[in-house]
Amino acid sequence: MRDMLTKVASFAYAGLIYGFIFLPVAVLVLFSFQDGRLPVPPFNGFSLQWYEAVFADRKLMAALANSFVVAIVSSLIACLLGFLAAYALARYKLPGSALQRGLLIAPMTVSYLIIALGLLTVLNAFGIKLSLWTVGIGHVVINLPLCFAIIYSSMGDHHINIERAARDLGANDVQVMALVTAPMLMPSILAAFFLSVTFSWDEFIIAFLLSRFDVTLPVEIWSLLRSGLNPKTNAIGSLVFLVSVAVLAVLELTLFGKTKKS
Amino acid sequence: MTAPVSVQNATKTFGSFTALDDVSLDIKAGEFIVLLGPSGCGKTTLLSILGGFQSPTKGRVTIAGKDMTSVPPARRPTTTMFQDYALFPHMKLRDNVGFGLRMRGMAKTERDQKALGFLDLVGLKTSADKKPHELSGGQRQRVALARALAVDPDVLLLDEPLGALDLKLRRQMQDELKAIQKRVGTTFVHVTHDQEEAMAIADRIVVMNQGRIEDFGPPADIYMRPRSVFSAGFMGEVNFIPGTVKHRGDASALVHTALGGIDLPLKSFTVGAPSAGLKVTLCIRPEHFRRAGEAEGPVASLGEAKVTGSAFFGTHYRCHLKPSPAPDLSIVAHMPQSADVADGQIVPLAVNLADIVALPGSGS
Repeated sequence: MRDMLTKVASFAYAGLIYGFIFLPVAVLVLFSFQDGRLPVPPFNGFSLQWYEAVFADRKLMAALANSFVVAIVSSLIACLLGFLAAYALARYKLPGSALQRGLLIAPMTVSYLIIALGLLTVLNAFGIKLSLWTVGIGHVVINLPLCFAIIYSSMGDHHINIERAARDLGANDVQVMALVTAPMLMPSILAAFFLSVTFSWDEFIIAFLLSRFDVTLPVEIWSLLRSGLNPKTNAIGSLVFLVSVAVLAVLELTLFGKTKKS
Repeated sequence: MTAPVSVQNATKTFGSFTALDDVSLDIKAGEFIVLLGPSGCGKTTLLSILGGFQSPTKGRVTIAGKDMTSVPPARRPTTTMFQDYALFPHMKLRDNVGFGLRMRGMAKTERDQKALGFLDLVGLKTSADKKPHELSGGQRQRVALARALAVDPDVLLLDEPLGALDLKLRRQMQDELKAIQKRVGTTFVHVTHDQEEAMAIADRIVVMNQGRIEDFGPPADIYMRPRSVFSAGFMGEVNFIPGTVKHRGDASALVHTALGGIDLPLKSFTVGAPSAGLKVTLCIRPEHFRRAGEAEGPVASLGEAKVTGSAFFGTHYRCHLKPSPAPDLSIVAHMPQSADVADGQIVPLAVNLADIVALPGSGS
């Protein structure tokens, strides 16, 4: 009887937790299929009309493409810079290396709003016009600490002899990094890359403050929301969510699944 | 390819610690040399200096007559086989073995062909498409060997390569290493702290201690005619009996010990003929004790001894003995497996004179 009770209680607890986390998303996705003008209960029936509207909306589609480009390019740059910084700090004795590690990770603790304001001031000072490039720079700033931390933590001392063997066999420093170190660290480099992609994909404040004519998807959604709730925003929100889930699924299946096995 | 190696007065200091202390060594082309010694004796430092991973504080290294003292590893005619194998985990075996050739600009098909040849040499041709994590420790070892040999080095440096293997596999790999070395003819310099391994594979052994070379020669010489007390003790179990040279003749010298006087031929003094009054240490291996009457040739009789303990080792009994003339001395002797050994038994001790080595100093 007691066992039964604890079982029921734990199931209820788990149900509440998952409900708390996923109910908003479930509701969002459900009402993106709303057959009607308002994304609020009652659910009138199943329809794909809002998805049709999303795909027909050129501005939304342009924003979607912009988001992809910004996410991928900024993540590539963040990973490359993070890898180089991690390699230097893990393999060479640098002056004040503890301080340098701290400085590299520090932006993680600063709010996106502050980073965006700082960048805005700097860009103004240099007379650089706002564009998708400036959004990309902002995303590199926020993702570089993350990429550095992930890649640095996976650079173990057991790799040193392997790199030394490569040098012994005639490889120069660039060849060692490109042919040995980076491929060995590929799981963590990819993890860093995909995490940066999802962060950049979802990021709003920096993208909002540092963009002008071309905007990323979150900014476009925000301007849609200003004209009131609409099942179309649910539909585009569901698509954004779907992409994030897909990236995480790829990450889980290809990388984390693999590391568990080996 | 193969080449001679010469180290001249190499010294390496780390702060106040002297890892290598004025070491000179000449290795012939095609030799299998083993650097043997306890941890911290400088053997790995010497190997790193040969490989170019460290440069000596003082002294010179030449390979094939060319000064290599400050040439980086990549441009030396040496390759190193690392203790932890250091295989590239993300590459197939053929790419691991072909890596050095790739760095030398060899085209893919040609280097694959060559890599397969070297994998064949170590018996892993059929695994060319596997990755290192699919292999056992011994197989990884072989891949590391094939990779190091694939670039056709003049000198192969092996840094305790068999340390991580279990005993049986280690013995097997020793035989293979030796056979492969004979086939390729490359000069091998191998580091180990296992004296049995050293004897099993070396053409010549370099015994090192505290940054210095204690002894250098073929395994049988090092074992039978050591030139230092440390070397005698490191190569296997040995009894040290202190003595003093009383008189030196033309062909022999009389040494007084607690077990009586022994008239030793001068060639027992491996580091040179002694002068009267010199303190010496006599080294006698446990298996060199004979019971009176069993010995051949001139024999030194060491009086009687009492058996205080014994254990059967298969090939022999290992006995602890207390000599009657010097009860505070303890001696380890091997007795034949067929012997009847009992505690408290009194046995006469004798040693072939030719088996005794006398070294200057008071021993350890």
